Amino acid sequence: MADTMQAGDGQTRRDFIYLAAAAMGGVGAASALWPFIHSLNPAADTLALASIEVDLAPIATGQAIKAMWRGKPVFIRNRTPEEIESARKVPMSELIDPQTDQDRVKAGKENWLILVGVCTHLGCIPLGTSSGEPRGDYGGWFCPCHGSHYDTAGRIRKGPAPLNLHVPEYAFISDTRVKVG
Amino acid sequence: MRRLRNLIAAGVLSVAGLTAGAQAAGDVAVPPAQEWAHGGVNSFLSFFKGYDYAAVQRGFQVYKEVCAACHSMHLLHYRNLHDVGFNEEEVKAIAASVEVTDGPNDQGEMFTRPGLPADKFKSPFANKQAAAAANGGKAPPDLSLIVKARSHFEDYVYAILTGYEEAPADAHIPPGGNYNKYFPGHAIAMPMPLFENGVTFTDGTKATVPQMAHDVVTFLAWAAEPKLEERRRVGIMAITFLVVFAGIMYAAKRRVWADAH
Amino acid sequence: MAHAPQSNFNNPVVNWIDQRLPIITMMNKEYGSFPTPRNFNSLWNFGAIAMVVLATMILSGVVLAMHYTNNTALAFDSVERIMRDVNWGWMIRYIHANGASMFFIAVYIHIFRGVYYGSYKAPRELIWIFGVIILLLMMGTAFMGYVLPWGQMSFWGATVITNLFSAIPVVGEHIVTLLWGGFSVDNPTLNRFFALHFLLPFVLIAVVFLHVAALHITGSNNPLGVEPKGPQDTLPFHPYYTTKDLFGAVLFLIIFAAFVFFAPNYLGHPDNYIPADPLVTPAHIVPEWYFLPFYAILRSITFSITLPFTDVVLIPAKLGGVIGMFGSIAILFVLPWLDTSPVRSSRFRPIFKWWVLLWLVPAFLVLGYVGGKPAEQPYVLLGQIATVMYFVFFLALPIIGRIEKPLPLPASIAKPVLGGGSVATGATAQVMEKA
Repeated sequence: MADTMQAGDGQTRRDFIYLAAAAMGGVGAASALWPFIHSLNPAADTLALASIEVDLAPIATGQAIKAMWRGKPVFIRNRTPEEIESARKVPMSELIDPQTDQDRVKAGKENWLILVGVCTHLGCIPLGTSSGEPRGDYGGWFCPCHGSHYDTAGRIRKGPAPLNLHVPEYAFISDTRVKVG
Repeated sequence: MRRLRNLIAAGVLSVAGLTAGAQAAGDVAVPPAQEWAHGGVNSFLSFFKGYDYAAVQRGFQVYKEVCAACHSMHLLHYRNLHDVGFNEEEVKAIAASVEVTDGPNDQGEMFTRPGLPADKFKSPFANKQAAAAANGGKAPPDLSLIVKARSHFEDYVYAILTGYEEAPADAHIPPGGNYNKYFPGHAIAMPMPLFENGVTFTDGTKATVPQMAHDVVTFLAWAAEPKLEERRRVGIMAITFLVVFAGIMYAAKRRVWADAH
Repeated sequence: MAHAPQSNFNNPVVNWIDQRLPIITMMNKEYGSFPTPRNFNSLWNFGAIAMVVLATMILSGVVLAMHYTNNTALAFDSVERIMRDVNWGWMIRYIHANGASMFFIAVYIHIFRGVYYGSYKAPRELIWIFGVIILLLMMGTAFMGYVLPWGQMSFWGATVITNLFSAIPVVGEHIVTLLWGGFSVDNPTLNRFFALHFLLPFVLIAVVFLHVAALHITGSNNPLGVEPKGPQDTLPFHPYYTTKDLFGAVLFLIIFAAFVFFAPNYLGHPDNYIPADPLVTPAHIVPEWYFLPFYAILRSITFSITLPFTDVVLIPAKLGGVIGMFGSIAILFVLPWLDTSPVRSSRFRPIFKWWVLLWLVPAFLVLGYVGGKPAEQPYVLLGQIATVMYFVFFLALPIIGRIEKPLPLPASIAKPVLGGGSVATGATAQVMEKA
């Protein structure tokens, strides 16, 4: 077809129109597709439920609970002074993902360790929250799926997990209530 | 060909018009058309119109203080009030003013707590049966979609709210019923809901019955079609794009066909 | 095939694939160089437009299915959650709801074109039959889809339409119970309708494939109804008809978008924004507009047919209506054999042309009008007249084929197109040979 047309102005204009049509078609198809993809992202009601409040009063020292947040467990542990101390005296050089215990808790509330209870390896729930569950070699948590050991600050110490247990965004509303998210 | 095309167009249009026509049937007075800042949820030629949010906010106050005693709006959440201009603190305060039932807690018991923005509008009755029992056997309809769920849309709801009259002598209104000019059959179970100064608007607007009816219907229109403005905005963009694209496709098609004739 | 076909593409990857599975050669043959009559008018756009709408329906439908909850207690609210909370959900849902109407508009015009230009005639009868099957699948899919939001019209539409089957003698009641999975339209019904609503479009695609495959064996009909005689009568499908179809599709999308963005509820019914209530029937049950003509035929059989001069009922009114309604579509299957004229296009059929435009089209439009009206006079009578007209259109075709004197046919497509003059100029009166 192209070779049956004479070259020159007509040729350029024709190429421009084809190019413009193809470009507009592409842009149109892509922008029409985006809403369908974006609809799979969290909806407004899902986002609205993205924070929870937890009552801390029933958690005795040395105990921990699990709360549901965004469909995942959050570990809330009331640490003993010994647990805090053992977490704080570990030298940074020994850690796989170096981070101080102070960075993982709120000042003045050092006993409260709040973590997303999802192993950073492949997403299993580590054991060690309920009493009687194995807490691993470092007294924190132990992931049974592939053997990751976390310490009393929730930091990865041994096993395949690359990162410390994630600390969610949270704030204390009062001495006995915390808002996660 | 041209004639044929016109015939087809006329056919399609007349068939399409039927559904709208069918809705208008009935022996009741047709609700007069009112002026709406947003043009109406089903209005076609309101490309650039949006809600009057001052009216929506006043309408919410009317709903809360008058309608909510009997009518639920279970598809709305308190968080939705952000979209009509209430700020975060106001939304929290409005939500916290109701007690919602939550649970079960760790003891397996239901408990109440102050409402949160993520909660649904609290319904006045626990369930449909309770609503019916408390209202002479007929549950007041949920208002979340009422504007879209009645033919004549906003105009109908406005007409009902302002259509209470002395029953004519020949009207048969059963006990417990009320005469309404625009209600199918005229005998409506709902007593006249709006009275002069029935609410005190926080923005100082005088609370006449037409004013309150207008405001609450604007609120209900927003509740039924909250995405109206986004819809029209995207529509303008989409159709502008398609018209330009059609022009370019026409030019491309002409070019291609230039050597075929 | 014993040996790999010759492929000759510049791109080595394309070449490699094509030698093993010649899909690119096939696509090129069917949609690239495919010889297509050069004289299509804009009515020939609607097949491609219908395909575009079908693709849109499947894309939006799959996304909606990811958000929809298939349970009578939750379905209505889950649709409203899509409208309110899901990102762009309102648009996707309005596209899907209005897309059904757009699909029927495109397909009804497509069918009209087939009738007007005799596209159903030999050798294209099978294409037509696949088309009627597509129409039936569309109707079933649209009907079940309308039930899913579980509004008042969903529920009562499902109740009324499934009850049609109770008209079947002896086994009718059992069939209805089987359809419902219970003693009324309820959760099991909704569940199976959802499953079928998801499945049938893919069956539909398969039949569309057959429809197009059969079309590509015979080649397309055209406004003159004479077969292409040689290369001067055809053009390669690409770029001529790809650009033309795309242009037509974009124009159609403008109308589609106007409905979605500015009148999304215009073709719907307010009652479907009321959650289903098995205890209250809406005052006027009206199907969606695209079913109205068939609904009118159903309702126009208001009388029982008895053995002449006795009171013995042969066909009760209810069964008569059902037979009429299904018959109105079933008769389409035999249209290629009812129409005995050897000439295809209405342009050369002086009687048939007006028989379509002034008899069939008005009958269909009146049926659509009556279908949306309450079942009272004068609509019942009007519907009965239009029903008779509809069936008489088909039944009179053998007679018309005999008495009609067709106009002289052009010698070829290229002649009138290139000549630009009257189609009859210089053409000898000859009747198209059946081939």
